[in-house]
Order: sequence, then structure tokens, then C-alpha cells
Amino acid sequence: MLENRKWVIIGVFCLVGLTYLARLFYLQVLDDTYSLGASKNSIKRVVEIPYRGQIYDRNNQLIVYNTPVYDLYVTPKQVKIPDTSAFCRMMDITRADFDSIMGIAVNYSPVKPSLFLRQLSKEDFARIQDALVDYRGFEPIISSMRTYPAHTMANALGYVSEISKKQLEDQDIMYYRQGDYIGHNGLEEEYEEQLRGKRGVKFMMQNVRGVNKGSWKNGAFDTLAVAGQNLITGIDVEVQKYADTLMQNKVGAVLAVEPSTGEILVSVSAPTYDPNMLSSRFFSKNYRALIKNPYKPLINRPVMASYRPGSTFKLIQALIAQQQGSLFTNTYYGHGGSPMRCHCRGGNDLRGAVQNSCNPYFYNVFRKFIYHNGEHNTFKASAIGLHEWHNMVEKFGMADRLGIDLPSELKGNLPTPEYYDKAYRGALRWKFSNVYSLSIGEGELLISPMKLVNLAATIANRGWYITPHYIKGFGKAGTGVPNQYHQHHETGIDYKYYLPVIDGMRRAVLAGTVTPLVNTTNIELCGKSGTSQNAKYGHKYDHSIFIGFAPMNNPKIAVAVFVENAGWGGKAAASVAALVAERYLKRKTEALVLDAQVKASNYLPPASALIAPKPKKPAPKDTTQKPAKPLMATRPKSITGTGISGN
Amino acid sequence: MGWLNVYAAVYSPEAHTSLFDLSTNAGKQLMWIGTTLLLIICILVINHTVFDTFAFIFYGFMILMLVLVLFLGSNINGSRSWFKFGSFTIQPAEFAKVATALALAKYLDVPGINLSKQKDLLWVGGIILLPCILIIASNETGSTLVFASFVIMLYREGLPSWIPALGITAAALFIVALVFPKLYIFLGVVALLGLIILIMPRHNRSVTNLIGIGVLGIGMMIFVTGVDFFVNGVLQKHQRNRIKVLVDPTIDPLGVGWNVTQAKIAIGSGRLQGKGFLEGTQTKFDFVPEQSTDFIFCTIGEEHGFIGGLVVIALFVGLLSRIVILAEKQRTKFARVYGYCVAGIIFFHVMVNIGMTIGLMPVIGIPLPFFSYGGSSLWSFSILLFIFLKLDSRRTALARR
Repeated sequence: MLENRKWVIIGVFCLVGLTYLARLFYLQVLDDTYSLGASKNSIKRVVEIPYRGQIYDRNNQLIVYNTPVYDLYVTPKQVKIPDTSAFCRMMDITRADFDSIMGIAVNYSPVKPSLFLRQLSKEDFARIQDALVDYRGFEPIISSMRTYPAHTMANALGYVSEISKKQLEDQDIMYYRQGDYIGHNGLEEEYEEQLRGKRGVKFMMQNVRGVNKGSWKNGAFDTLAVAGQNLITGIDVEVQKYADTLMQNKVGAVLAVEPSTGEILVSVSAPTYDPNMLSSRFFSKNYRALIKNPYKPLINRPVMASYRPGSTFKLIQALIAQQQGSLFTNTYYGHGGSPMRCHCRGGNDLRGAVQNSCNPYFYNVFRKFIYHNGEHNTFKASAIGLHEWHNMVEKFGMADRLGIDLPSELKGNLPTPEYYDKAYRGALRWKFSNVYSLSIGEGELLISPMKLVNLAATIANRGWYITPHYIKGFGKAGTGVPNQYHQHHETGIDYKYYLPVIDGMRRAVLAGTVTPLVNTTNIELCGKSGTSQNAKYGHKYDHSIFIGFAPMNNPKIAVAVFVENAGWGGKAAASVAALVAERYLKRKTEALVLDAQVKASNYLPPASALIAPKPKKPAPKDTTQKPAKPLMATRPKSITGTGISGN
Repeated sequence: MGWLNVYAAVYSPEAHTSLFDLSTNAGKQLMWIGTTLLLIICILVINHTVFDTFAFIFYGFMILMLVLVLFLGSNINGSRSWFKFGSFTIQPAEFAKVATALALAKYLDVPGINLSKQKDLLWVGGIILLPCILIIASNETGSTLVFASFVIMLYREGLPSWIPALGITAAALFIVALVFPKLYIFLGVVALLGLIILIMPRHNRSVTNLIGIGVLGIGMMIFVTGVDFFVNGVLQKHQRNRIKVLVDPTIDPLGVGWNVTQAKIAIGSGRLQGKGFLEGTQTKFDFVPEQSTDFIFCTIGEEHGFIGGLVVIALFVGLLSRIVILAEKQRTKFARVYGYCVAGIIFFHVMVNIGMTIGLMPVIGIPLPFFSYGGSSLWSFSILLFIFLKLDSRRTALARR
């Protein structure tokens, strides 16, 4: 009986065979869709690259757009070049380049087109277009190149270039292919998905000679390319460019936000470079030059540099101590009993202490804060106090990344009790006298400029902030802004405690630590200067810091400025901040003397520092100390040119 | 007498293939053919009792190799299943099929073994599953599926028929579950079972039978629900996509669907007579990926048209039927079982490979016997077939005596 099963098995074989034959018959003879007609046509897949979205500023000015360029593709098997050296001369490449490009192309596929030269400008292409007819196997394909008419904001924008091998392998959804462009760093990377659009594909029928015979199956399988969305940013390009000019010959950062919305108005990282440098086909050459530049123009200082915030941090100390109940507006401290030096005459209440940036005053404030708990053991009390301190400061967004819309934000350091436990190798082995430099924003604190401008905005709002962000919308303002950029963050400090601090900030500008010339801007600026110690070249090269907002009531702009090695915070940084705020509020500059003074000053690390051996850095990382070498300035032409011969 | 047929199947398309391929592949393939000839001579020369006697030793050796390859193999495309000797590579999984077939034959050869006994069935299952697990461990899912083909042999040897029936039902439900929404399937299952109860003779409608049918229905529904989870949760991404493409080839014409669509275009463009030898445009210009290995049938379909496809399929069906008939004539159970294994393995390869190029099967990377480029597969199929020939020649020699 089991023998009969062989017929079943043979039956199954025949059945499958017949099914397949039927299917084949259907596919090959009956169904026309898969037929390509009588001629020997083949289907070619034409990929349509969508236009990448443009980037605008808040006043609808273009920051980034696309210029059409030509990519030249080669199909190695079809190539016939009678005179290679003449061809190389025409293409303006060396023989070695030619050989290596062709080698890669053959390796990829002898019969499929691979990239030969990318991003030929219209002019270059016009030059070779006629001659190209004589060389078989080369095919120009129109593509586009990022162009930056404003020549600014390179660091925040990022750049667009060919996808790296690692990115190609790491992607979750297989979208990118070899040779595709992708945004790197900055907004181009952050909003890559929206900016790039969606690639389309068309199936074309071609005969053996590559002549198009129309679309296949009337385009049933085609998908249309969807152009990328335009990104509207909150940047004010005019002020941004002005801030660029102010920061020439300086190292540092300028940031401005609109306090009520958290939109970033100005984002300068100095020194910077022209973003156009990284979009042409000379990308690799220019990129190498930028990497080698000693001033590290590729670092986006607003979010990647961490400084000790210096005296600007006293504002937070004043706020949280009031909230805790250990400080009152009329609390009065003299200079006695503090290990800190001070430049004021001493004897201030809170307003006066902010105005004059009195170090001993805030030493005492912090001391009281730390010990403001029931614990009598000073070691234990310090741990409890610092824990409370950390929790309150954290609410200002100081501890973690803020979550702005750039991919490269660094965390910085807001020390916790655990941090000191580790540093002193055990709990309860440190107390207030070990950490008091925190009171004036020195010590182990590392804060990015972005966090400080956020502090300025928080004080301007008297108690809350919206996380700073570049985006203002996709397509038009207000649409597509991620939800976290609508959310109010409360600081947990009562409104009333902001008022004396703001009073003090106004007085600091009028008659305090800030240089008097700043008041010629006449914008009701409130601010706080800071001088971050930088032991590298002696105190002469401390970093100059200023944060502030204007006008005092109903603030429209909050600013933070860092100028490295510029010394006293009330001068260099405050001047830049005041001029930027003035330009934004009045749309013109009236404090011309101040303007000229800032533009004339040069705070680049001196040439003499070149020779001195690099001293050990005192802080864990002060990312911005640089050995000096010929300068990289803001314009690309000056990458080798405008070198400043030291000072 | 019928061997010309087989020889033709083995050789003429082989020479054919090497011409389709790029020059480098053709050269290598010639070398493989040469070594295959040597192997065949060896197999035909040695005494047939060798295969019988050493069956378990071969099996043990292959298992050892499969374990070794997990640790020593070189990593190609994420699967660790190749031994590398200089410039050419060997995949032990290919040979594991032969060894497993021999071992099965040897085991079933013992008198008194009966597949309807649970213990024996478990042993047989163990022999099949052990290499499967090792091959899955080296990430070669395609080769593992081939082991399912032993079901054909087991069926002939008296496997209770509910097992293959269950398998076929599961496969059918799997595909149905992917195509239709769940609710429809549930309704369909209920309707079907209701129909069965209606048709059932009245005296069979006992409570136990009704409960049994109910349980069956619930089991099917659970299975259908499980399919969803299995496809989205367990399978690797590329496998999931291959199954989805089978259901709807238009979902991603650029990416996953590309292979299948292009294969269909290539075959479809062949029409009745084909474009002629070496005239294929689709396959020659690399439109079809892996055209010299897994998608070789496209070349035949495009260049020789429906006629070519007909001939190839007819050849395979002829070959398979011939093997089955010959297997039935064997004197020893060993040879018969082995013959059925050979038929099953070749059948499975042909069905899946051709099925995927014409869009009836998901894309699984297994070669078309005797056609595809690749040394390991050529070797293993030749060994597989010629061991059977040797066993068969023994039979004819006996008959002549």
C-alpha cells in the first residue's frame, strides 16, 4: 500500500511543474505588462533627487539655497578616449586622479555608471560640454549644490556632503545610497529628514543604444520626488552678520534669543568660515585646511565650548539663596572673613553686590546656602547643602543638555555631591571650604554659552524659559515646530526674587562693572559681566563674559557673549552684547564710538604664546584654549590671507 | 538506458551557464566542473558498501564540520558558514544534506523500524533537526529549509499522513494570514468547519468529534494571530520584507521588490521563443541581481523564452520521476530511502528557486541544481546524484546475473 504513495509523490512533482509552466505561460505569452515590446528594450531606473529645502531667516531672507550644478558620470565599459592626457587637461585633473577614479568605477561595475566628477559649475560644464560629445561613456546629470548667500552661520548650519561609509551602513531604513548627499552637523543634520524631501524614481524604457522609448507601464511603478521643506529659522541674518564683524579677530561666541519664544536670533561662533567653502567640489581640500587651522573654526562654540561662567553665575546664586530663605534683599556682607579678593569697596546689600560683582558677598551667600540645614557636622551639611544647590540650579537647565535643535550639544559639568565624593575619594571628605569657588562661577563648573543665554532669557522672563531653538517653522512660521519648543520650563524661583537681581543688573550696566561707553547704546540694557579665570597666560588673558537682556521691562532680546582671552568681562564682552542688542532693537547702530572700539580690538592669543610650551590645563577641559598661529578669519578668501601678525 | 537524460541534465546546461557568466566566473566554473568529474569517477569506482557502512560516520563528520565552521569559518555577508581555502570557498551546509540523507537511509534500513512508532519518529526527527539547528546558528536560513524536503521521503516510508497534511494547512494559513485581514479569516475558518459538520454523516456527529473540530478551529485562529507576531517580531528584517513582497510586489519597487520585479520583467520579456542565446538585455546588463547564482532561471527565461522554460521544467520533472521510479525498483531499503531523499532535495530546490523567480515563492537564496554557478552546490548535487547512480548500478548488476 505504501508503494502507491509513489504515485502521489510523482503526482505532486507533476502538479508543481504544471503550475509553474502555467505561470510561465501567463508571464511570457499572455501577460503584456512584463513584455517590453518586439524590440530589445530594457528598463532603466532613473532616480530623481528632490530639491533640498532652503533655509530662511525670521525676516524671510535667504540663508541657504540650491544652485544647479552638473555631476559627470562614467560607464567604464563604453569609454573610448583617444588621447587621455588631452582629456585630463580638459577636465583639469591629473593623470593619477583619472586612473584612480576609473579604477574605482571599474571596481564598482564596468557596465553601470559611476561618479566621475562632481559638482561642475555651470561655467565649467559649458566649457567641456562641446568636447564631451567626442568621448563616449560620459554622461552629465544635473544636480544641485548648497549655496549660502549670507556667508554666515556656518557652524550652526552644518554642511551637506557625501554620505560616509559608516553612515551608509548604520542607517535604520535603507534610504541612502552610495554617493548620496546628507547633512552633517548643525541644522542640516538635525532636520535632514524634512530638508531632504523624498527621492522619486522613474522607470524608463530604453533600447540598446540608450535612447528613451517612453515610460514603462505608463508609470505605474513610478514615484514622484517630493521636494524638501523650507526651514524658517528664528535667526536675524542682518544682526547675525553684524555680530560676525564685531567678533572678527576674536575667539568666542555670541548668542541672542528672544526671551518670550526661545527663538535664537544670533548664533556666532568665532572664528568661523564661509559655509560655501564646504559645499563646492573642493570640499576635501577646504575641509582639511579647516581641520588644521589652530583656531579650530569647525567647533561650534555656542554649544560645544564649555567655559567656567565666572561672575555671571552669581545671578543664579542670588536667586536660589533668596528662594531658600538664606538671603534677603537687605542682607549685608562686608569683605571680612572671605578668602577672596575683591575690587569693590565692600559693604553691599544684594542689589549693590550684583552691581559691583562683589566676590566676598557671594562667598558668604553660598556659605549660608550650603549650611542652611539642620546638620551641624560641616561635612555632612556640605553634602546636603550642595545636593540642594544642584537641584535648584538644575532647574535653570544647567545640568544636562538643554535639548536645542543641534546635534552636537555638549553637556558641560554641574558638580554634584557624588562628583566631589569621587574627586576626594570618599564621602564626607570635603566641605564648603573645598568647593567655595562655585560661589562665583569658578571651580569645576563648565557651562556652555547656550546655557548662559538661556539664563539671561530666564531672568528676562522673570522665572521661566522655553528651550532655545533655531527652528521657527517649516514652509511658514509656526508650522512643524517640535512640541518641546512650546513648553514653558519653570525655575521654581518666585517672581519677586527676580526683581532685586534685575535691579542690580541694570545698575551694573549703568554704574557698575560694565564699561560706561556701553550706555551710549541707550537700550535699557540689564546685564552681568563675568571674568572667567584662565591661568594659561596669567590673568591678563582671562575670558571675558557678559550676559544680559534689553529693554529692562518687556525684554525683547537676551544676549550672552564670550570673548576668549579678552580680560575684564565688563569691557569686551559687554560691548559686543550691547551693540548686538542695539542693532536688533533699533535696526541701526548709534553707538559708533563703541562700535569702532570693538572692531579695532584684537584678542587673539598673542604670537609670543606660540613659542612658549603648552602649559598644563588647570580645568578638566577648557576646550577653547588654542596655540596661536596665523589667523583664520571669517571670510574664506582669508583662510591663508588675512593673517594677523600677532600683536 | 535513461542516463543520457541525466547526463544531459548535468552537463549541457552547465557549459551553458559558464558562457553566460562573466569571464572570471566562467573560468572558476570550469575548474569546478573538472573537479566534479574527478569526484564522480571516485564515487563510481569505490564499492557501494562504503556508503552503506560509513553512513553514520559521514554524518558525524559533517556535524563536526558544521560545528567547526561556526568558529573557524569566514564571515561572508553576515553568515558564518564558509570555509576558505585560498581563493575558493566551501560551504559545509551543502554537503550536510548528502550526509543526512545517507544517515536517514541507514537508520531506516534497520528491519523493524516503523515510522508510525513514536520512538522511531523521534529518532528520525533528531537526525534531521541536528544539522538544521547548526545551520541556523550560522545564519543560513535558506539551506535549513531544504531539510523540510525529507518529508517526501518520510511520506513514502509510511509517515502518518496527518503530519504532511498539518504542514500544508499551516503553510496555506500562513499565506492567507498575510493576504487577508484577520476577521475574514476567522469567518472563513468558522464557515469551513460548519460546512464539514454539515457534510459529515449523521452518525459521526458525536460530541467528541464536534469538540475536536472546535478545538481545531480555535487552533487555526491562534495560529493566524501568531503569524502576525512571527512576521513582525521574530523574523529578521530582510526575511520579513521578502515575505511581504511575495504578497504585494509593488510595495517597494526600488528596494526589496526590485529583485522580484526585475526577475519577472526579464522572464516576461522572453516571450514564447526568447531573445536568443546571449541576446538577453535584462540579464546581461545586470538588471537582475545575482543572475549567475540564485536568479539563473531568469537567463533561461529571457534568452530561450517559454520554450526554454518548458524544456527545463520538463527535464526536471522527468529526472525526478525517473529517480522515484528507480528508487521503487531498489532491492534494499537503504537505496530506496536514499533515492527518495535525492528526489526530495532536488525537488525542493527546483520548486523554490524557479518559484521565486516567477513570483510564486518568497526569495530564498538557494541554488537551482546543476544550473547555478557555485562549486559547493555543484559538488553536493553531483555527489548526491551519483551515489544514487552507484547504488542503482549495483541493482542492475545483480539483475543481470
